[in-house]
Parts: sequence; C-alpha cells; structure tokens
Amino acid sequence: MTTWHIAGAQPLGGEPVDIAISDGTISAILPTGSTPAPHSTLIEAHGLIALPGLVDLHTHLREPGREDAETVESGCRAAALGGFTAVHAMANTDPVADSAGVVEQVWRLGQTAGLCDVHPVGAVTVGLQGERLAEIGAMADSAARVRIFSDDGHCVNDALLMRRALEYTKAFDGVVAQHAQEKRLTEGAQMHEGVVSSRLGLTGWPAVAEEAIIARDVLLAEHVDGRLHVCHVSTAGSVEIIRHAKARGVKVTAEVTPHHLMLTDDLVETYDPVYKVNPPLRTARDVVALRAALADGTIDAVATDHAPHPSESKDCEWAAAAMGMLGLETALSVVIETMVNTGLMGWAEVADRMSIRPARIGGLEGQGRPLAVGEPANLVLVDAGASWVVDPAAMASRSRNTPYRALTLPGRVVATIYRGRPTVLEGRLV
Amino acid sequence: MTRHLLSCEDLTAEDAILILDTAKRLGELSTGPMRKLPTLRGRTVVNLFFEDSTRTRISFEAAAKRLSADVINFAAKGSSVEKGESLKDTAMTLEAMGADAVVIRHPASGAPYRLANAGWIGGSVINAGDGTHAHPTQALLDAYTMREHLRSGTGDLQGLRVCIVGDILHSRVARSNVTLLTTLGADVTLVAPPTLLPIGVEEWPATISYSLDDHLPETDALMMLRVQNERMNSAYFPSAREYSRRYGLTSSRMSRMPEHAIVLHPGPINRGMEIASEVADSPRAVIIEQVRNGVITRMAVLYLLLGGSESGLGDLVDEEATA
Ligand SMILES: [Zn+2]
Repeated sequence: MTTWHIAGAQPLGGEPVDIAISDGTISAILPTGSTPAPHSTLIEAHGLIALPGLVDLHTHLREPGREDAETVESGCRAAALGGFTAVHAMANTDPVADSAGVVEQVWRLGQTAGLCDVHPVGAVTVGLQGERLAEIGAMADSAARVRIFSDDGHCVNDALLMRRALEYTKAFDGVVAQHAQEKRLTEGAQMHEGVVSSRLGLTGWPAVAEEAIIARDVLLAEHVDGRLHVCHVSTAGSVEIIRHAKARGVKVTAEVTPHHLMLTDDLVETYDPVYKVNPPLRTARDVVALRAALADGTIDAVATDHAPHPSESKDCEWAAAAMGMLGLETALSVVIETMVNTGLMGWAEVADRMSIRPARIGGLEGQGRPLAVGEPANLVLVDAGASWVVDPAAMASRSRNTPYRALTLPGRVVATIYRGRPTVLEGRLV
Repeated sequence: MTRHLLSCEDLTAEDAILILDTAKRLGELSTGPMRKLPTLRGRTVVNLFFEDSTRTRISFEAAAKRLSADVINFAAKGSSVEKGESLKDTAMTLEAMGADAVVIRHPASGAPYRLANAGWIGGSVINAGDGTHAHPTQALLDAYTMREHLRSGTGDLQGLRVCIVGDILHSRVARSNVTLLTTLGADVTLVAPPTLLPIGVEEWPATISYSLDDHLPETDALMMLRVQNERMNSAYFPSAREYSRRYGLTSSRMSRMPEHAIVLHPGPINRGMEIASEVADSPRAVIIEQVRNGVITRMAVLYLLLGGSESGLGDLVDEEATA
C-alpha cells in the first residue's frame, strides 16, 4: 500500500485538512471530509497537529561497539516513536567514525533499519584524540555524504586544529559541531559548579569552561569564515556569546537539549546517576535563558543528545557512573511542556526548531520541508492534549536511563510518516 | 532519630543533643565496672571500607564491640571506580550476611546515600566519610569535645565561636561541622586561601575569611584541617612553606587566642604544615581526646540507630545491677 489519506490533521496547529500521500510524496492537500482516493488507507487524525518529521542533530546510536546499550536499529525505533524521520549518529563509536569505511557502515545500517534517515557525523580528529585531522574530505565524498563533523564527547581543545577544521570544511559546505568543554577547567568534573556542588562535595564543572571555548570558537569561525555549530548549549553566558556572534554575522548555529530546557542541578542531591550528564544540568537561571534563546531563535535547534547506557553504568555511585541520558522518545513532550505549554513558542516554531533548522544545519534535502504538495512525505501527527507517564521499561531504546521516569509529560506522538510510509501508528511501531 | 546517618543534615538539634547526651552516658558506663554493654548482642555491624582509614575503622570497631555487636570488617580493595566489585554487588553480599548496620567509608561523594536509597540493602547505613561530602560522626565527636570543654558537657553550643581553617574545598569534615555546629547554635568562621574554598560557599551558614590572624582573638575553638602537600601541584597554593606561613598554627598565633580556647584537629596531623609540633603537643590541643570521644559518640550512634533510647540506658544499668 503506497497511498495514504490523513483525515483532519492540523498542519502546524492551523485549520484541519486532509493530506493525501502517494509514492513517498504529499500528493494533495484537501478540505477536510474529502473522499479518499481509491485504494488509499485512511489515517484518522482529527484533533492532531501535523508537523514536518523531526530531525535530530545529536544522537548516540552506539553501533558499532556498544550494541549492549543501543543499536542503529533500536535507536531508530526510539527515534520513530519520538516523531523523528532523520537522526545524526555521533562519531564516538568503537571504532570511531573517523573514516569513510565506518561512516558508510553506519549509513548502511540506517538504510537497512529503514525507520528514519541515519546521517553519520564524522570525527574531526583521528580517534577523537584531538591530535590530527581525520579524513574529513573522504567522509564527505563517501556514500554517507557526511556534512557535520564532531569529536563530541571530547572538545577539540587545540585552537589550531579547530581553526583548520573550520577552514577545511568550507570546501563542501560542512560544519564543525563543537562539544565545548575546556579540558583543564573540568578535570574530574562531576556536576555544575555552584551552590549545590559545594554542598554535595562533587567536583564542579564551571559554566566558564563551556563559555570560554564558545567565545574562542566564534572568533575562529569569524576569522576563517567557517561554519560552527555549538552542541548542547547549557548556560546563560553561552547564549549571550552566541547572540553577540550572530549579531556580528558569524556563521554560528546552536542546539539545546530537552533536558537542559527542563531539569536543574538540584536533582543531583539524590546522587542518582540518572541525572549525570555532560554538560551537566545547570541552574534555574540557565534554564530560563535557554528557553528564551530557543524562543527568539538565538538557539536554532533542539537536539536530544540521546545517550543510552546499560544499567550497570548507572546502577552505582555517582562518580563511577557514565554521563548521558535518553532523549529520543521524550524530546517532543519535553518541548511541549517547557516551550509550548508555557506560551513561549507556537507549533510553527516547534517545527522550525525541531525539523526545519536542524535539517538546514545538517544540509539534508528531503527533511525539514513544508507540508505542501510535491514535498517528501516526512511528517508526524501529535496529540497535544494527551499526556503519558514515562515508563523506562516500555521504551524502545535498549537502555533505560531516562531522567523523566514516572513523570507525566504532555503530548503524544500518534503517527510518524517516513518517506510516505508510516513507521508509527496509534503510538506504536508499525 | 532517622534510620540512617548519611550527613549532618539528617539531624535536628534535638537529635544531635540526644546523641551527645547518650555518648556522655555511655562514656560514664564504659569507664565503670561494665566495660562492655550487652545492648547490641546478636546484632551484626559491618565495617565496609573502600578507602584505607585504620583510625576510623578501629574507632567504629571498638564502639560496636563495646556494645557487644558482632563486627565484620570488609575492606573492599579499590572501589568500582577502579574496576573492583561494584558497590551494588558488595551491598547485596552484605545484605545476604544479614547486616543490621553498615558503616561505610567511600572515596565517592554520595556513595552512602546510594547504599541507603537504591534499594540494595535493608539495614541502617552510617556514613564514615564519603569523598569530599560528609563525615557526620567526626562532626559529632568534635561537637562533643567542644561541649565538654566549653559548655560543661550539656545542652547545645549556642554562641560558641568556632573557626575552621584549611582545605575547606576538599574537606568532608568541614562540611559536616558547618552543618552540625550551626544546627547546635554555634557561629562558624571558615578560613582558607580563596582557592581552597568552594564556589558557592557564600551560601553556607558561615562567615568566610582569607585571614587567620583576624580571627584568633575571637575564637573559642580552632579546628585545623589537614592540608595535603600535593594540593600545590594543582595550583591551589604556591608552596607548602607559603601555606604554612599564612595559614599554619604556630605558638605565636596560638598565644593570641583567648585563655580558654581549644585547638582541634581531625587527624592525621601534618606537623609543620598546618600545625606546629609544639602546638599539637600543647595542653590546649585536644587531639587525643577527640580520638577517645570518637569511640563513645560512635557507640551512641550505633545504639540509637539500632533501636535503643537514652532512657533505655538507665533501665539497662538497673537490670544489670540487679542481675
Ligand atoms: Zn557532547
């Protein structure tokens, strides 16, 4: 069956329409109540919001190397359930995605899973070691057509290497996505440095360690006219630096994670490592600044930093635990909770920050497109009025490290259509 | 009383005074004809030490044995941070052994909190020092010692002027003392070079100072913390000599303190670094007394957490006397 008739959906929260899909393309947008074309399958969508399929700039799929935590396939299932039709798989796998061979392997695993587009991110430096450039051009020219390069998990600390990467990627309109973390200022760091860390006796990860690198990098990007993308912005000070750089015309974009829009460092008082993440949860003041920056577009995109870990990496004392949390299956709900239900953003902005802009940053052609006739049929149908209780055991991810466990979150992904074919219907994988 | 003793934040002023009063009573009893009390007979106390600390382990061991508990010493070689057995697996082993209380020392801040709250074990958890977070029984024995010398051994510490000097940043002793002493009504001043004070310390219920000399005449109890020489490698201070010149307690500094003032140190002391030898050996230094008080305070904690009450002590003595 390649023909679908979506009845009564509200594109970007607007007036209800019927959307006809055939052969992977939106073939018609009709008044609601229109008769479906013969042989098409009906998807009942009255009361549901239609958004372009979500695009994640920052996903850890763990394959190859840590298939106990996640595989490309299990990660894609989680992505589809979260409303995503494209994800960017981070390079810190084992082996590292620092060559055409590894990125093509991940690319092919994504094709085989067939649940969403999987775009490998290439490492900036060989083995993420920060010593010499990886074969960035070869990865760009490979079947995976890599456009985003990142040593995520590690910061490209060396200013010269960072400059060269920003210059070199200009040849194919690539972008360097920086995990901004000054190394010396964060040795042994366990949580945000502030009042809570002082009481808990956990080594601090100061905001300045992020801000100092971003300040340096926007100046480097300005100097060489390269493209910089800042991963997981977490502090109010970072927002100000990016705002000023954009005002000067620097080619810089930025992302924020759902957890940094919602959670704060006082959760660490439980010493429960499910809240251990890098960069760490910050203060309520930072959360307010991040929400405002996402609303006004200073921060371009929401990116999950989905980071699965097996239970033994979290079922231990804080210092021994791994950093990172799941994000794909809860991202849209957290954005609804923190940005839509607070009145900071409407559905058009949600589509812009979770689909259109991330697709543009990643240089993706068939993603982040308007819901219009002739466009690729990548879309998600959301029940904004529904709510659900997060149950780690019910997640499609192989891992269980969600910080939202037992919380009630608003909004539910009812259906995800990927390249004209549903991957999720009635909230379940097809 | 709470079921666990994880940090001094668990204690109200009434709880703390109850522990100190119980310790005093236990101290009197155990110097009397019955050196060993039968209170915890048949109960098992496990000393779970992930970090070498013979002093603290022996103190807890003596406390548990004087209450007739069975003591198991479990020295875990290396924490799970160093790829040993995980805290969870160790905890489940202890649970299987039927531990009524686990006394835990761990290099990771919060490890006792995890042990008590992750659902791995059912017994009481007593924090014997976790990372740079807390060391509640040390604070209790310090408060006990101050109360004996400066408040005739009863009540709280209202108005007592306590100065804590040294590596506040890395000190679980300082954190626990600030909490407990202020709960008991004392006024606490923290003295250290700015590099050895945590960011966020301005929110603590204490006065912050960079100069030891400014506070000596207004101090009733001066607590000197151990400062590790290695700290200078991470640029916390330029040299041991400079540290000791600015923050070390010398005889001449001690002479500027009031007559009644006492000097405490959680040990082990670093002679010539934070404290001069002649100060450590002077009658105003109560360092050895702190060790003695450590045993009775820990007896009180074990006794109260494992179900005893202060009034129960009176009954106990009567029973034994008539038996
Ligand atoms: Zn990162």
